[in-house]
Amino acid sequence: MSFTPAPRWHKLLGRTGLYLAAVVVFVVSVFPFYYAFLTSLRSGQDLFTPSYLPEVFDWSNYVSVLSDTGIARSLFNSFAVATLTVGGCLLVSITASFALARIQFRGKGTLLLTILCFSMFPQVAVLSGMFELIRLFGLYDNLGALILSYLTFSLPFTVWVLTTFMRSLPGDLEEAGIMDGASLWVTITRIYAPLLAPAMITTGLLAFIGAWNEFMFALTFVISPENRTVPVAISMLQGASRFELPWANIMASSVLATLPIIVLVLIFQRRIVSGLTSGAVKG
Amino acid sequence: MTLATETQTRSRGLAARFFNHRDLSLMQRRARSAWLLVAPALILLFSVAAWPLLRTFYYSLTDASLNAPGEAAFIGLSNYLDMGGDFAFGVLADPLWWRAVTNTLLFSATTVSMELVLGMLVALLLHQKFAGRTILRTAMLIPWAIPTIVSAKMWGWMFHDQYGVVNDLLAKLGFIEEPLAWVAVPELSMWAVIIAEVWKTTPFMALMLLAALQMIPEDLYESARLEGASAWQRFWRITLPLIKPAMIVALIFRTLDALRVFDLIYVLTSNSEATISISGYSRQLLVEYQDMGGGSAASVLVFMLVAGVAVSYLFIGRVKLNETGGHH
Repeated sequence: MSFTPAPRWHKLLGRTGLYLAAVVVFVVSVFPFYYAFLTSLRSGQDLFTPSYLPEVFDWSNYVSVLSDTGIARSLFNSFAVATLTVGGCLLVSITASFALARIQFRGKGTLLLTILCFSMFPQVAVLSGMFELIRLFGLYDNLGALILSYLTFSLPFTVWVLTTFMRSLPGDLEEAGIMDGASLWVTITRIYAPLLAPAMITTGLLAFIGAWNEFMFALTFVISPENRTVPVAISMLQGASRFELPWANIMASSVLATLPIIVLVLIFQRRIVSGLTSGAVKG
Repeated sequence: MTLATETQTRSRGLAARFFNHRDLSLMQRRARSAWLLVAPALILLFSVAAWPLLRTFYYSLTDASLNAPGEAAFIGLSNYLDMGGDFAFGVLADPLWWRAVTNTLLFSATTVSMELVLGMLVALLLHQKFAGRTILRTAMLIPWAIPTIVSAKMWGWMFHDQYGVVNDLLAKLGFIEEPLAWVAVPELSMWAVIIAEVWKTTPFMALMLLAALQMIPEDLYESARLEGASAWQRFWRITLPLIKPAMIVALIFRTLDALRVFDLIYVLTSNSEATISISGYSRQLLVEYQDMGGGSAASVLVFMLVAGVAVSYLFIGRVKLNETGGHH
């Protein structure tokens, strides 16, 4: 059978369809956030007529949200909790992932499977046990409770992703280390850790986003408004009456909570995409 | 699996090359230090995940209250089902629990299949060469990165019955005459939740599938084209079988994630009966009603449901993969 090229109009039609689809996907992806931003710039009666283009640039919602509602404090809380969680996880993950990726030992397969299972099990399953643990440490209504509970999902995640990365590093480095008589500890800290820096940035970012976005533990283990993280603070914003939510303020806070993440994602998008997909495609 | 054996052969080769007479002792020493290296992570993981999980199991067998868990008495399986009195008690006898199970299964099945189809289409689109492809891929990361609570609030605002854009657009396009109360009406609220979820999670599916598509060698398509295979045939005979392993992994991830849904429903529809999930039900019992025993029992049921689905996925996946000769 011979290969016949498609007629020209056929090709043109295909191209048009392609661009049309691309535009649709783009608009659907971006519109909700764009609309939230538009809403955050409007106030009063303006809110009650849907509009699709920016007409006013009124930043007063941002001012009121940051000064009155405690969103500034929650942004700080979220940042502190996410940073400390990720830092702790990365620290213990380096050595663990080296062993899991580079050393052959009995029980390794089971260990990897256990870690994978932990990263996937439902948060609610540890809720009451975690309650007990947090009370035991006297951490209830304290940011420490969040760091402790976030380890349940961040730690298996960082160990798993770093192990995947560690496997892709060349093994000769280790041989060189052994030749020089370097101990395992030196091999890890001097040879592998620096090479792993890019992977640690990627893993850290993904774990950071996970901790920043977490809601159930933050809602359950903290009650004082000044200890809330951003997602909880946004979910609890109330208006003057019980029946009317302050939509402009909610949207302004939403933009503030999302912007840091979007900036990080835009800067590191290549790494993030490869980090997200590496486990699945290579696994 | 391959990677494990790869490491093994590599270490063996290495040991044989440099430490002929001492290789056993070296391997042993390395194995011993391996446990030392994983110990910190393992101990932490045990105390923040395995231990609380075990305690949840324990509390599910007691009548503990969240206020005073210390005064718990062992009551067997009564939190799950108690047929002792005139009426049946326990989570399994609660119609709301079964409502939550139906909601969660409906939510998971619908969102995951919509994500799979839409994600596949978007991945195929991004696999084409066209101007602006990079921008599109970047834009798609926005829904993925947005916190679920923010997404719930944004969609809540867009679905607003009086001032929302969704009703405005539908009215302008002539689909509706009266505004719809998306979040309040039971028949619509589940769809509102599903739409918000699909919007947020399709990018993940698309990126996973795209990564798999990019690993298929181009010449496979070239030769298929030369032999006169249609685009449809190329998709079914080449693309689909080759990306299947990655697709199954993405499906497992997404299904397990959907089964534990909580935030979106809690915020978008305030845990209404028409949308409440099993996680939402368990948390409500535990935290809002302070019933630590009952809440723990419901949590254990959530855990078993998710674990059951995971195991059956792995089983089906393995059977299918073995049929096609393994995925390595």
